[in-house]
Amino acid sequence: MRLEVIARPSLWRMIGFPAIALALTVVFGSALALLAGANPFQTLGLILRGAAGSQFALLETLNRATPLIFTGLAVAVAFRAKLWNIGAEAQLYAGALMAVLLGTGALGWSPALLLPAMAGAAMLAGALVLLGPALLKTRLGVDEVVTTLLFNFIMLLFISMLLEGPLKDPMGMGWPQSSRLIPDARLPRIVDGLRLHWGFGLALIAAVLVWVIQSRTTLGYEMRAVGQNRQAAEFAGIPVGRVILKTALLSGGLAALAGFSEVAGLRGNLTLDLSPGFGYTGIIVAMLALLNPIGVVISAIFVAGVFVGADSMSRAAGVPTYIANIMLATALLTMVLAIALTRFRVRWD
Amino acid sequence: MGEILEIFLSASFWAAVIRIASPLIFATMGELICERAGVLNLGIEGIMVVGAFAGWMTVYSGGGLWTGVMVAMFAGMLFGLLHGTLTVPFGLSQHVVGLGITLLATASAYFAYRLALPRVTTPPRIEAFQPLPIPILSDIPLIGHALFTQTPLTYLAFVLVGVVSFVLFRTPLGLALRAAGENPAAVAAQGLSVTALRMGAVMVGSGLMAVGGAFLTMSAFNSFFFEMVNGRGWICIALVVFGAWMPGKALLGAVLFGMFDALQIRLQQTSIGADVPYQLFLMMPFVLSILALVIMSRRASVPAALMVPFNKGER
Repeated sequence: MRLEVIARPSLWRMIGFPAIALALTVVFGSALALLAGANPFQTLGLILRGAAGSQFALLETLNRATPLIFTGLAVAVAFRAKLWNIGAEAQLYAGALMAVLLGTGALGWSPALLLPAMAGAAMLAGALVLLGPALLKTRLGVDEVVTTLLFNFIMLLFISMLLEGPLKDPMGMGWPQSSRLIPDARLPRIVDGLRLHWGFGLALIAAVLVWVIQSRTTLGYEMRAVGQNRQAAEFAGIPVGRVILKTALLSGGLAALAGFSEVAGLRGNLTLDLSPGFGYTGIIVAMLALLNPIGVVISAIFVAGVFVGADSMSRAAGVPTYIANIMLATALLTMVLAIALTRFRVRWD
Repeated sequence: MGEILEIFLSASFWAAVIRIASPLIFATMGELICERAGVLNLGIEGIMVVGAFAGWMTVYSGGGLWTGVMVAMFAGMLFGLLHGTLTVPFGLSQHVVGLGITLLATASAYFAYRLALPRVTTPPRIEAFQPLPIPILSDIPLIGHALFTQTPLTYLAFVLVGVVSFVLFRTPLGLALRAAGENPAAVAAQGLSVTALRMGAVMVGSGLMAVGGAFLTMSAFNSFFFEMVNGRGWICIALVVFGAWMPGKALLGAVLFGMFDALQIRLQQTSIGADVPYQLFLMMPFVLSILALVIMSRRASVPAALMVPFNKGER
């Protein structure tokens, strides 16, 4: 077989194939529910209700979507320039670390100064964490996929070391956790009495800003050019190395905001289970959004909904919660294939 | 320094080096075969998890040890088939598909584990492979115990390196495979199918990665638990680069790695370990892998068509 480029794909192709991909994901999820001895319709219904069936569920989904918007944006920005940042997990923890370092009483500033300082420091730390692998890539040609992946493990061990050493909470009954943030260092709730913090608002702002950068600035144009064809970009006089480094700084900074917002908005302290793989899930979020920053918001809410819904379904129906990860990975793979099939025709000759 | 010398002179240290290297050898050979044919397989981490689970589950539910190895390999090949289908004929991004396979495979193994054992907190153990001392050879002081008192899977790992090396460099099939990774158009011009060669390489490679995973449950820890692969797959990708895509050098890399890993475990128990946080020791494998990549980065021995999809009739 071979693939033939379709010059102008029909609307039928553009909508049909992604729809088939989603349908396949749902069918596969149902099969897993059957395998677990549960009623597939009931299982999917429970996931839906757990994700969006009540005000509480919906807010829980939005809270869970917040870090995923940040990591999704981080991945989208990087992948657009073909910088394979698989290290959002490490950058997230770098951001969380800065939030704890500045927010537990080291700075006695008012919230109006303290929170921006924490966010800024977090972004800086995340940016620096990705700058290492990016420099190795541009200067020495070391593949960033493996280095960013390996950095995730190093960072988690580093955080573990700090939480059992200098950052250990003296009041923590021996648990490896940091002290709690002072009240002034906490992100307030958007509406009083509703469990949704300003991290979500910040994530929406970040998405819009990234969209502006990507579609309205020279840097955005250069990032796309480098991603589409490196040689051509170089030939056109774009400083490829520098664009990649700038991309890395932006991407790392965005991922770090996920850590800042989780610590300052939700948890109030740093623990080793701060992120159940938000960095890796950000890849799914970004790919499902076709690397579009506004799309990232929608796909992050969708992905968060699947996780939150599956958690609540698992408690009720007893289907292991890993069904969420399987369905999302399936959605990722089928969607990537579907997108390709909108652009190519398969010829069997 | 006396303590460190003592470590190097103990037979159990060298036995541990080989034991730690064994699963890495299987998975590194698997990745090497994929990459030689032009496909980067980032599914490795997840496929190792699947192999670890499938092998363990087979034995736990009453199957034989070698049946477990076969089941693990078969499961790995299935994920390899999926990876290959998406990346070879359809030419999808090998980065995205590989990571997707890792997520899918890991989640599938965890899902199946939870289905089989819903409420188990301590993972049940199995009767795993036992060391099989080779007569006479295992009596050689120091090295004899290390090399020749291992489980059958370890011997298999070392034999595998020879087989992979022979097939890649001494047979027409190996020549075709390497050509598929260097110059696929030339392979197609010879009337051979690049698709078939690459698909085959990804499937066989994935099968070997799964056996590497199975080693963990069937020859090292004797039970299955979450997070047990713990980045070993990613380290194997670094080892392939370190070995400059040569089986022998990759084997050397795996053994070197096993040496550092065994050393850091033992250093934790010495007087040095008392003063240094244990996390620093646990970081060493990952730091070393990055260092290895940096050192090897100047050498341009990457298969020329690695990560380049081949579409017949396109030029």
